[in-house]
Amino acid sequence: MSGLTQAHSVVAPSTASRRISGAIVIVYAIITMLPLLWIFATGFKSQSDAIAYPPKVFADPSLQGYVNLFTTRSRQTPEYMASLPPPETWYDELVRKQNMVIVGPSKFGARFMNSLIIGFGSTFLAVFLGTLAAYAFSRFRIPLADDLMFFILSTRMMPPIAVAIPIYLMYRELGLSDTRLGMIILYTAVNVSLAVWLLKGFIDEIPREYEEAAMIDGYTRLQAFRKVVLPQAATGIAATAIFCLIFAWNEYAFAVLLTSGEAQTAPPFIPIIIGEGGMDWPAVAAGTTLFLIPIVVFTVLLRKHLLRGITFGAVRK
Amino acid sequence: MAEVRIDLVSKAFGTIQAVEDLSLTVADGEFVVLLGPTGAGKTTTLRLVAGLEKPDHGRISIGGRDVTGLPPAERDVAFVFQQYSLYPHLSVYENLAFPLRSPTRRVPEDQIKATVTRIATMLRIAHKLENRATRLSGGEMQRVAIGRALVRRPSIYLMDEPLSSLDAKLRGELRLELKRIQVELGVTILYVTHDQIEAMTMASRVGVMEEGRLVQVGTPREIYENPATVYVATRLGQPAINLVPPSVLPQVATPPGTATIGARTEHLDIRRADGGTGTGIVARIEHLGDQNHLHLDVAGHHLVTLTESDIALDVGDRVNLDVRGALFFGADGRRIAA
Ligand SMILES: Nc1ncnc2c1ncn2[C@@H]1O[C@H](COP(=O)(O)OP(=O)(O)OP(=O)(O)O)[C@@H](O)[C@H]1O
Ligand SMILES: [Mg+2]
Repeated sequence: MSGLTQAHSVVAPSTASRRISGAIVIVYAIITMLPLLWIFATGFKSQSDAIAYPPKVFADPSLQGYVNLFTTRSRQTPEYMASLPPPETWYDELVRKQNMVIVGPSKFGARFMNSLIIGFGSTFLAVFLGTLAAYAFSRFRIPLADDLMFFILSTRMMPPIAVAIPIYLMYRELGLSDTRLGMIILYTAVNVSLAVWLLKGFIDEIPREYEEAAMIDGYTRLQAFRKVVLPQAATGIAATAIFCLIFAWNEYAFAVLLTSGEAQTAPPFIPIIIGEGGMDWPAVAAGTTLFLIPIVVFTVLLRKHLLRGITFGAVRK
Repeated sequence: MAEVRIDLVSKAFGTIQAVEDLSLTVADGEFVVLLGPTGAGKTTTLRLVAGLEKPDHGRISIGGRDVTGLPPAERDVAFVFQQYSLYPHLSVYENLAFPLRSPTRRVPEDQIKATVTRIATMLRIAHKLENRATRLSGGEMQRVAIGRALVRRPSIYLMDEPLSSLDAKLRGELRLELKRIQVELGVTILYVTHDQIEAMTMASRVGVMEEGRLVQVGTPREIYENPATVYVATRLGQPAINLVPPSVLPQVATPPGTATIGARTEHLDIRRADGGTGTGIVARIEHLGDQNHLHLDVAGHHLVTLTESDIALDVGDRVNLDVRGALFFGADGRRIAA
């Protein structure tokens, strides 16, 4: 890491410039994180606190949003409520206070699971295929390589909405509408172009002499790829995986159009959580909060790779 | 160890003819050095032997076995690269063990440890085994790179300017070490260098390359004393051989057809000319320490020769030149017998 820093700055930054840049970073972080903090806080408010005007920054904490997120409920007459046995759980009790009973679980769990499967599945496939393709483009003499690379990139130039209808029709014919497999294929196709381009850059940076040395030492190309190229491309692969996951995880346009039931992901589901008489904002905020967790965890886990940088220290130049 | 035969091998990259009809046999236990300027095709020749490039035509055999079509892993060669020698993600130990860990070899772990330790000790890097490969000095990295080849006992070691990035002192040390190892173990080496001292001191035979062709092969002495062409003559000798037309040295009896006289330091005898009658003028004296480079101006041509450091000459002095045993070349650059 220190080597990297030195490479970019000739002199060490002064204390003053350090402080100023630190302050700028902190202010920027606060500005960008404020909406997230607000969503996080809203998830723990009651419906009335959430829509109060003027807005309440601090409200009595309530788990109502989270309970509503995971359940479906129905309103009952006071007589019926009185006839029930005492509530068995804390969330039963919370719901009954609003004169409602829990009818069953909501679809949030299933939608969240869809997001996990489709997001991570397509990320894995895009990075896997992207790494192999990028390696091939980087190392082999491929006819029309430049044109192929441009073609791969061009698939990303069109806005999703422009291809949404043809894809919708095609998927209906193929029976891929509203299936997880269909969504995984679609997101993989979109992401693989990004993955190939990013990873080709990283792999180009790895001298081919490394693999050649391994091949002379008795390894096959595939073994050399695994033992020599992959460890050194880890940084690039991690970065690419994060970009791919962020896209697949947050994707909204295709998800709205192509999924409605079985394979619906969380993004189209969360904003339409309706409570009695309008949006159930605490539940929406709770869903959004939970929705953010996997991507934060994934990014934090891979952060080590992102920061480590690529070491080319053993190069004699 | 085994004999390596390169038979009329050619390799072009697009329009560039990197290697052309090259034939060379490296005998078992021989240390052959390829010498040539940048772009002459030295690296390409090694890569062809290693199987990293496929020849356009020609045949390569190792130990009597035709390996022309075989992948690198099946050729039983070791390669020390000009650059990028070590895996940055592995420790020194792991770097040295890497060739032994290959799936085709399956060396038991205790044997790997013994070999790595032995080679590391021999190259004096045993105390660095646990270091990351990136945390080494240039000289240490180079030792590890050579060590990575030496842990194996291949048919031939291919070394591409393994000492070129080192400072003069370290290069001198490693040169001796490498030669000692080669003699002790009796291994076969095909070695590429720009450095004529390496070529002179280590080689059993030297091959001089020019634009993809091997122009002459012979012992360092033969190449130095009996160069076949002007080009070969310029590859060896410090300072470089002086090349002048016969008219500049009228005192020399030249065979018919001579277009160029090649005069090395040992061919020239320089005496101070009294009374301003000499044919040459001392233009510059470079003090190298124990010796001097004496730059002479002779009939408008520039000659450089080596002299003792205590020579009694000054810039501007007139001198006479005696020439003995010079080399003669025709208009086509070929040597003409004296
Ligand atoms: N992969 C390649 N693609 C295209 N041209 C190449 C390739 N490898 C080598 N060449 C060309 O072939 C010629 C010989 O190259 P080579 O690397 O063998 O030279 P060299 O004698 O090793 O030079 P140096 O002393 O600089 O290492 C050069 O003109 C070079 O540009
Ligand atoms: Mg070279």
